[in-house]
Amino acid sequence: MQVETSARETVIDISKVTTRFGDHVVHSGLDLQVRRGEIFALIGGSGSGKSTLLREMILLHQPDSGTIRVLDVELKNISDDDALALRQRWGVMFQHGGLFGALTIKENVGLPLREHTGLDDALIDQIADWKLSMAGLEPEAGSQYPSELSGGMMKRAALARSLALDPELLFLDEPTAGLDPESADGVDQLVLKLRDLFGLTIVIITHDLDLLWQVADRVAVLAEGTVQGVGSMAELSAMTNPAILKFFDGPRGRSAQKQQHQAEVETIDTGRPSSKPK
Amino acid sequence: MNSSQVTPAAVDQSTPQELALSGSWTVWGMGAIGAQLDALTVPVRAEIIVNGTRIDALDTGGAWVLQSFIDRLRDKGIKLTISGLRLQFTKLLEVAAQAAEDQTKLQSGELTPPTSRLENLGRNAKSTFDQIVALLGFVGECAVGFAVSVAHPARIRWRPILYNIRSAGFDALPIVGLLSFLLGIVVAYQGADQLRQYGANIFVADLVGLSMLREFAPLITAIIIAGRSGSAYAAQIGTMSVTEEIDAMRTLGIVPMDLLVLPKILALLVAMPLLTVFADVLGVFGGMIMSRAQLGVGFGEFLDRFVKAVSVTAYLVGICKAPVFAVIIAVVGCFQGFRTKGGADSVGRQTTRSVVQSIFLVIVADALFSVAFSALDL
Repeated sequence: MQVETSARETVIDISKVTTRFGDHVVHSGLDLQVRRGEIFALIGGSGSGKSTLLREMILLHQPDSGTIRVLDVELKNISDDDALALRQRWGVMFQHGGLFGALTIKENVGLPLREHTGLDDALIDQIADWKLSMAGLEPEAGSQYPSELSGGMMKRAALARSLALDPELLFLDEPTAGLDPESADGVDQLVLKLRDLFGLTIVIITHDLDLLWQVADRVAVLAEGTVQGVGSMAELSAMTNPAILKFFDGPRGRSAQKQQHQAEVETIDTGRPSSKPK
Repeated sequence: MNSSQVTPAAVDQSTPQELALSGSWTVWGMGAIGAQLDALTVPVRAEIIVNGTRIDALDTGGAWVLQSFIDRLRDKGIKLTISGLRLQFTKLLEVAAQAAEDQTKLQSGELTPPTSRLENLGRNAKSTFDQIVALLGFVGECAVGFAVSVAHPARIRWRPILYNIRSAGFDALPIVGLLSFLLGIVVAYQGADQLRQYGANIFVADLVGLSMLREFAPLITAIIIAGRSGSAYAAQIGTMSVTEEIDAMRTLGIVPMDLLVLPKILALLVAMPLLTVFADVLGVFGGMIMSRAQLGVGFGEFLDRFVKAVSVTAYLVGICKAPVFAVIIAVVGCFQGFRTKGGADSVGRQTTRSVVQSIFLVIVADALFSVAFSALDL
């Protein structure tokens, strides 16, 4: 659990990052800052380099040039020890879960604790159970294998594992993709709850407009190798950049925006936030 | 942030009524705290103050340990007052208390009894039996598929057949050739000593010729192909069923049997006899080289004797085993592939099974051939 710090503190600082795959330029001089305690969303069309940027932030890929600092550690030429220490301070939830098929869900969640801490097994099991219930899973799910779970449960289990070491920073890759609306709502609420409870900084890659409107504090739009705009969804919707407008102009964009307006009106009417429209 | 850089969590009992907590109550700092908490003696029915002012950090793990300690004391009828805890720590402790309550509520009466040995034996027997039945069912499916293909030759997919002949047959030539050549050398070498004792050097041609052609060439080819291609079939089909490609094929109206299984069986049916002939040639060649080196039997003499000693029947007996082995290997490999369920782990398991079972069945079939041939006087 982190000591309260000023909201201005930068947790992730990306500057002038360039990435190429052969002749294909993915990022050209990309700059981005994520502040402590915020829920930050990365959006962009397919192939705009969101996932590559995420992989660069979590030490799975090195950019061709430019610097990335995460939690005040420079990622270029990082030593193995520093990399390990850094990896223990963040949690990553992969799009398809990345759960180990040979382990039960509970063992998957307990694995980082077993691997890196000196706690005894009984305690690790109890903590894993708690994390699972935190992620909204029934305790029975703990003894099942990943292949026996539905897509929504798999995402929740993956989230529970990413929370195992109480990270300061959480990366979520498409947390609501492939979920039914109710489960997606559950994930929205969960993300907010986690931030409030642990003061987490959360970076989300998503296409889910509801998630963007309801949860994200700031959103960055990636296109043509750079960040086209950063701001809250309301601020972005006022921008005129065509790459950004794409997200608001389609029928989906409009309906999500309309729902948001309704929710705000209801909040004003009743004086308290309404539950999310289903 | 690993355990060497944090102050370990500690509890200090300054007076019997006061517990001072300090250090990092996190997963990194709590290695020794369990024993410390267990060792504390607290007067019964006392009022105790837990002072948390000096706690540096508290995470979910720490909150859990602290909360279960508090619950344990409260169960003993001890009144606890927690003081000096930071606001955010108090909040976390409340969440932990709620979670602990939920867990104890759920844990009552959900224990499953451990399985007994007898039960395990029964389960294993059942699953083996199921597997045999399923294998028979698969053999039947293949036979039906084959019959349909023969009735409608236009439906036979030639491209995958040719591809499989190349990958399972042509590409296997070097390894099959090398191993049967070495096997020929070994057989001739083992026989050389015995034959020399009786001055029957020339009979090395009988020994090498008959054993290679009738037994070793088909068997070594089958074992190599089971390890090389049977495992590849199982892994390929297994991975495809894990990634839902098989289901996709079915929904697109393509019968997986037609596209994946029959071409492999047909390809091996063609490739295995040819590989066996190749193994025959190189095995005998290996034997010839060894005979000249060890027994002084020249190539000419060897071949002279070989033609007299080894009948065409011996050659055909060896070759006719090859298609049977081919069917066993292809069917078992594909069958195990289709039985893959779940993830990467299962792919590995089924691949291992395909190799073990196909080699097992190949040797069983070879033994049956021996029995049959001796009955038929071949």
